[in-house]
Amino acid sequence: MSASENITTQNIITGQDPARAARLKKRYASERRFKTFGAFAVLVGILFLALLFISIFSKGYTAFQQTSIQLTVLLDEKVIDKKGTRKIKDLGKAIRYSKLVNRALYQKFDIPLKGRDSKKDRSLAKKIISGEAGVQLRDMVLNDHGLIGQSVTVWLLASGNADSFIKGQISRDTPEARRQIKDKQVAWLDMMREEGTLEKQFNTGLFTFGASSRPESSGIGAAAVGSLYMMLIVLALALPIGVAASIYLEEFAPTNRWTDIIEVNINNLAAVPSIVFGLLGLAVFINFAGLPRSASIVGGLVLTLMTLPTIIIATRSALKAVPQSIRQAALAVGASKTQSIFHHVLPLATPGILTGTIIGLAKALGETAPLLMIGMVAFVKEIPLSPMEPATALPVQIYMWSGAAERAFVERTSAAIIVLLAFLVIMNMSAVILRRRFERRW
Amino acid sequence: MSQSTQNAVNSSMDKDTEPAVPIKMRGVDVCVHYGDKQALFDVNLEVPEKQVTALIGPSGCGKSTFLRTLNRMNDTIDICRVAGDITLDGQDIYDPKVDVVELRARVGMVFQKPNPFPKSIFENVAYGPRIHGIGQNKIEIEEIVVNSLQKAGLFEEVKDRLDEPGTGLSGGQQQRLCIARAIAVSPEVILMDEPCSALDPIATARVEELIDELRENYTIVIVTHSMQQAARVSQRTAFFHLGILVEEGTTDQIFTHPNDKRTMDYITGRFG
Ligand SMILES: Nc1ncnc2c1ncn2[C@@H]1O[C@H](COP(=O)(O)OP(=O)(O)OP(=O)(O)O)[C@@H](O)[C@H]1O
Ligand SMILES: [Mg+2]
Repeated sequence: MSASENITTQNIITGQDPARAARLKKRYASERRFKTFGAFAVLVGILFLALLFISIFSKGYTAFQQTSIQLTVLLDEKVIDKKGTRKIKDLGKAIRYSKLVNRALYQKFDIPLKGRDSKKDRSLAKKIISGEAGVQLRDMVLNDHGLIGQSVTVWLLASGNADSFIKGQISRDTPEARRQIKDKQVAWLDMMREEGTLEKQFNTGLFTFGASSRPESSGIGAAAVGSLYMMLIVLALALPIGVAASIYLEEFAPTNRWTDIIEVNINNLAAVPSIVFGLLGLAVFINFAGLPRSASIVGGLVLTLMTLPTIIIATRSALKAVPQSIRQAALAVGASKTQSIFHHVLPLATPGILTGTIIGLAKALGETAPLLMIGMVAFVKEIPLSPMEPATALPVQIYMWSGAAERAFVERTSAAIIVLLAFLVIMNMSAVILRRRFERRW
Repeated sequence: MSQSTQNAVNSSMDKDTEPAVPIKMRGVDVCVHYGDKQALFDVNLEVPEKQVTALIGPSGCGKSTFLRTLNRMNDTIDICRVAGDITLDGQDIYDPKVDVVELRARVGMVFQKPNPFPKSIFENVAYGPRIHGIGQNKIEIEEIVVNSLQKAGLFEEVKDRLDEPGTGLSGGQQQRLCIARAIAVSPEVILMDEPCSALDPIATARVEELIDELRENYTIVIVTHSMQQAARVSQRTAFFHLGILVEEGTTDQIFTHPNDKRTMDYITGRFG
């Protein structure tokens, strides 16, 4: 059967020998099979990744815009500062400004300010603007007392439901009884959109606000700052400690039973579930050392403990990869051991160390479980000014939002995931770039 | 047997060298263990000043081990223990008072595989002088670098690219760079462990020539697997076998009429 085939596919090397040709064919076939299998595996991986990105982006991209409503509000002195004291005690009451906002809305929609018949309309009108609008106005006035008594035209946040409606997440076709936005409100929103006093704007609040019970005024600001503090703490502690420990273990420590035990335990630590580190942090840093609960300093310390083994393992293998001949070369010209390490070995190991560190940091950035244990799952409204203040972290914020019911929180959850992923991608890319830059051949 | 060897060595020395050659390094009853395994047995060897001493012998016989005892590179191997006396200019180099860093500045080493630092050619040579504080300023360091490269016969080839990485040179050039690096700290003794085994014949010839020139100023101990090389570059030869120094003497004597049958077998290539 293969005789005719052999003639056509004759090969200079196999010549006429059919057994050899058959073996060759078999080898080619197995190679092809393996390649196909590999390509298929890669494809499956890419597919899942694409699926993940598509689902998150399609859900989350809308959160980067926020509906705002332009209103002209009369900052009536009689309401906000009846006695004219100009004291923060009077001026600082957000509820008074909300009253003004509502009044402006009623006027805009021709709803009487008083009366039983129009009560329902008033409560509907109120609900298309965010409860946070009063705070927005108050902050303006606190900054500039001169505004009191004047009419100001400002963009105010729309309520979460109005926002969802404008973004098409609440459908007009749903029967009114089951719709969060009623027909009257639909009419008002449409009217304002026509007239240009309602707009989708870039959602800066997403990045600057802290936690809030209202989706339109909640953001990842506080969480991102908390995460930043923690990353800085991890970097400042885990990198030097990890590198020092690795250098000692790899270059100075004698190989004996003790170092073997240490080695095994470091590898074990790297595999310990992160929640255990959270328990440890709770016991040691909060209960024993008395550090404040929910503070990013504690989170940073816990994540440092968690990241240390990763950095040590990466650093040790980077040090191991530096050829012995380089160390010998340095020693032979009379460098001391320390000099040979710091002048020659460490620079060569730097790319490996940096890669390990960044991967460790990325892991720490995405870590949630241990932070729950130390109370960082907190409602943090203000951006923490120091690592000692209560804070939360990006992944924890995602976790908290994912439990909220409003449609506007769902998109924010995805948006926060996008931001987190963006940070991770940036970190991993910088690991690659750093490695390329520092990489030297020997 | 060892008595007869000793006599033979002495008589040969009387015969064809002026007896006034001072001894630079001396090993007395040197024993080396790697863990439980003994690699050298009571080696007694003298290294005369400003001569090339070749160490030959079959693979695994302890040549490198002996060479490394001379600048205490064995210290870097955890399981290695050295016994016996090794002196440099009459001073015990294993004395706890001796600083190993200072010792290695006086006894330099060139390895089998060229191992330049992954830095510029200039930095490769300048590193040693810098850490030893030889050369106070940039100009002096530059002088040392140029001087060393010249002595290593490399300067002409690299003078226009001193900033380029040393690892970018050819194997032979790299080995000469390593020799220049060793010379730069002005050692008194240079140890070379099979310096030509990774080089082609032309590069080898170049390095051999260099060794011959260096002999004027430095004491050299070289490990080699090539009989021809030992014959060409060395004045004295020591033959090791299974951790024992079988025989040593002038190169002429070892290669023309060795006293021991094992030496005879080895240099005539009849060894298993
Ligand atoms: N680092 C080490 N650890 C354990 N044993 C070693 C070590 N280095 C050398 N030995 C042993 O010591 C003996 C002598 O080795 P050495 O390297 O000195 O031989 P050599 O004569 O240089 O051989 P070659 O010509 O192959 O380089 C060998 O049996 C070797 O196995
Ligand atoms: Mg050897």
